[in-house]
Amino acid sequence: MDAEFKASAPGLGGRNWLRLGSMREAGLIAIMLALCIAMTFASPHFLTWGNFRAMLMSFSIEGIVVVGMTILLIVGGIDLSVGSVVCFSMVVSGALFLMGLDPWTASLIGIGASALIGAAMGFFVTVIGLNHFITSLAAMVIVRGLCLVITKGTPLSLFTLPPGFKAIGQGSFGNVPYVIVIFVVVVAIFDFLLRRATAFRKVFYTGSNEKAAQFSGIKTKQVKFWVTVLCSTLAGFAGVIYMSRFGAATPTFGAGMELNIIAAAVIGGASLNGGSGTIFGAILGMALLSVVTSSLILLDVSVYWQDMIKGCILLAAVSIDHFLHRRKS
Amino acid sequence: MTAAAILEIRDISKSFGAIKALTGVDFTLQRGEIHALCGENGAGKSTLMNIIAGIVQPDEGAIRLEGKDVTIASPSAAQRLGIGLVHQEIALCQDATVAENILMAAINNRRAPLMNFRRLYIDAQKIMDLLAPIPVETPVADLSISNQQLVEIAKALTLECRVLMLDEPTAALTETEARRLFAIVRDLKARGISIIYISHRMAEIFNLCDRVTVFRDGRYVATDSIASVTPNDVVRKMVGREITQLYPQKLSPERRTDRPVLSVGNLSYREGSDGVSFALRAGEILGIGGLIGAGRSEMVQTVCGLRPKVSGSVELNGEPVSIRTYSDAVRAGLVYLSEDRKASGLFLDLSVASNISALDLRKLTTPLGLLDRRAEAKQATDLVERHGVRMGGIEAQVSTLSGGNQQKVAIARLLSVGPKVVILDEPTRGVDVGAKVEIHRLLRDLAERGVGVIVISSELPELIGLSDRVLVIHEGAIAGELGADELTEEAIMLLASGLRQQRSNARQVQNVA
Repeated sequence: MDAEFKASAPGLGGRNWLRLGSMREAGLIAIMLALCIAMTFASPHFLTWGNFRAMLMSFSIEGIVVVGMTILLIVGGIDLSVGSVVCFSMVVSGALFLMGLDPWTASLIGIGASALIGAAMGFFVTVIGLNHFITSLAAMVIVRGLCLVITKGTPLSLFTLPPGFKAIGQGSFGNVPYVIVIFVVVVAIFDFLLRRATAFRKVFYTGSNEKAAQFSGIKTKQVKFWVTVLCSTLAGFAGVIYMSRFGAATPTFGAGMELNIIAAAVIGGASLNGGSGTIFGAILGMALLSVVTSSLILLDVSVYWQDMIKGCILLAAVSIDHFLHRRKS
Repeated sequence: MTAAAILEIRDISKSFGAIKALTGVDFTLQRGEIHALCGENGAGKSTLMNIIAGIVQPDEGAIRLEGKDVTIASPSAAQRLGIGLVHQEIALCQDATVAENILMAAINNRRAPLMNFRRLYIDAQKIMDLLAPIPVETPVADLSISNQQLVEIAKALTLECRVLMLDEPTAALTETEARRLFAIVRDLKARGISIIYISHRMAEIFNLCDRVTVFRDGRYVATDSIASVTPNDVVRKMVGREITQLYPQKLSPERRTDRPVLSVGNLSYREGSDGVSFALRAGEILGIGGLIGAGRSEMVQTVCGLRPKVSGSVELNGEPVSIRTYSDAVRAGLVYLSEDRKASGLFLDLSVASNISALDLRKLTTPLGLLDRRAEAKQATDLVERHGVRMGGIEAQVSTLSGGNQQKVAIARLLSVGPKVVILDEPTRGVDVGAKVEIHRLLRDLAERGVGVIVISSELPELIGLSDRVLVIHEGAIAGELGADELTEEAIMLLASGLRQQRSNARQVQNVA
């Protein structure tokens, strides 16, 4: 039709849709490598398997929650209740175990109960029409209250958990803890699904432009509902692993975790406006925060400084992102 | 006649709550025609489109497609029937690729659990190539607005599309892009696709369409062949009364003065570009024309302190003023109305009174630092009465007002500070014909009372009908100046497109003096 267009005729099968995201991820990897190299010189303890294992362990379980949060951010939601739900799953499973249920069934019920919390939030968001922020803020407080009610405020001691169950959180394949294996599997599955599964592409469409998605016949409310449920379910799953790892269920566990998790996802490129984000990026964000924490400890920086420094990193990451986007448009 | 009809709408009614959007309307689309649908805002055009596209369901009435009664229960049902709608506002997922946007409905309907991107790109490219070879793997966010519009059309054109509806497709396009779109629409017609074309712009309708149907207040008024009517006939049917004079009387030659209200001297608003100089004379309406993106808005925004200037001077009534921020400009008596009243003009959730007082709250503040509500109400009442804003009361939320009345509120806000110069950017965009005439009168009244008025408009008839003098901007510079007797669409377009450079700087400098 128009000659001026013909010049830029397309090559098919390109992977342009990965482009922006990959740039972000490459940047994060570069920053992390630079930090790791610097740390190798600064501390002899940094570049050891022991330290890396500790770092991986420290974010593996939270990493499962980050997966759910990232998908929820992509659909345009947010969940402040994940810390409470992690704890809730732990406390429910622990209490049921103490009542005599076998730990596997108890854990399944704990995860199921977490999914129900997600379903309740999904109901308020999609049917009543509240926003994710307020709904999950209320859920955060309510669920934390539930944890205190169930445990009467005191930690449940679960040292009687059978070794087979404790192995999830404490055992390892040779040198590699199961926790890390589970984490890698969950990340790999959801990263793949998010890139390739039809159902998960709808999450992007809904978050990117809900109207446009609706006009294409996508049931956006359903999409939002199920993503909300998924996020809570993954938090519940993480709670069960924590229980196995610690052999205890503390009703105050996980307070403030949500902020760390949202920070990781956002550093990794998830947009609070919905429509963009990758699992891989979010995990890199989490890893960056973890490397920083580990470095601060090895450098003997007071723990009192750590939160402040993490906050500054979040601010810097978001500012850089904002700047890049503005330049683009 | 009916034998050739592809789509017949019979006796369709639709209410939203207490509001009757459509009352027993009929509409017939012939095979292979481009059929314009006209009406003021609120006439029911968009509701009818949404019904045909399956987005809303009619309360009563029948839709017949190729002689068969059909129910269009959802947007995907409409697509299956070969009906596509291009929305007025671009509704694309900016983060997704062109291909995903085009085939989103198909992706949604597919049973396969995994995406087949290769296949998707091939299928989408086939559809996209009917319009323009835009690479379909590109994220939509990377495309220009006009190309996004083409993606919208491609999205509506499933391969077996029979009926295509375009809802004000040129609203966001430049002249050149619009002309390319017309070629595409004609091409689609030649392929046998029947097209419903909604537009406010008479020139487009008369240039492109075969027949025109007019709606008014949710009712069917008439259908005519384009050859048998004039633009004035169509406007009359839309408005329901004779509009004797579309534009107010211009400034008579004997009242013209050379006394400048506003002089802009050698203002440079883009790094590295030459400065512009112009003057606004007392009593006149100065029009500013040019293509979208030529720098018209940038220029006046720089004058008002909304953008940092590189260099240059501004004088009001012969006295130099220093304007660094917009509040400097307001204090000096220079106010600006943004072209986008929703994004940066009005607070839609607030009352009419609060909107009007927003520009200068200091005047309405008591010595204790509290807002003087009585003074606010009085000011709002005075201004809305003087400018004929129709509304529930000054406490009504601005979002409940029609587009034209919203615009009057925005103008009333500017007038609340008693300005010396008012600059309006696309003051009648998206406003229906009746309100447009009233806004034009209001601006002429202002000019006659000695307030300087500058109007930026992309609509050539408005620029010509309203202005006493027009400056045409091309690529950031003033390409020329046209007096009332030189104003034609052709003259403006020649300057705006850069095909003609009119005058030397000497004349411009003289204007400033």
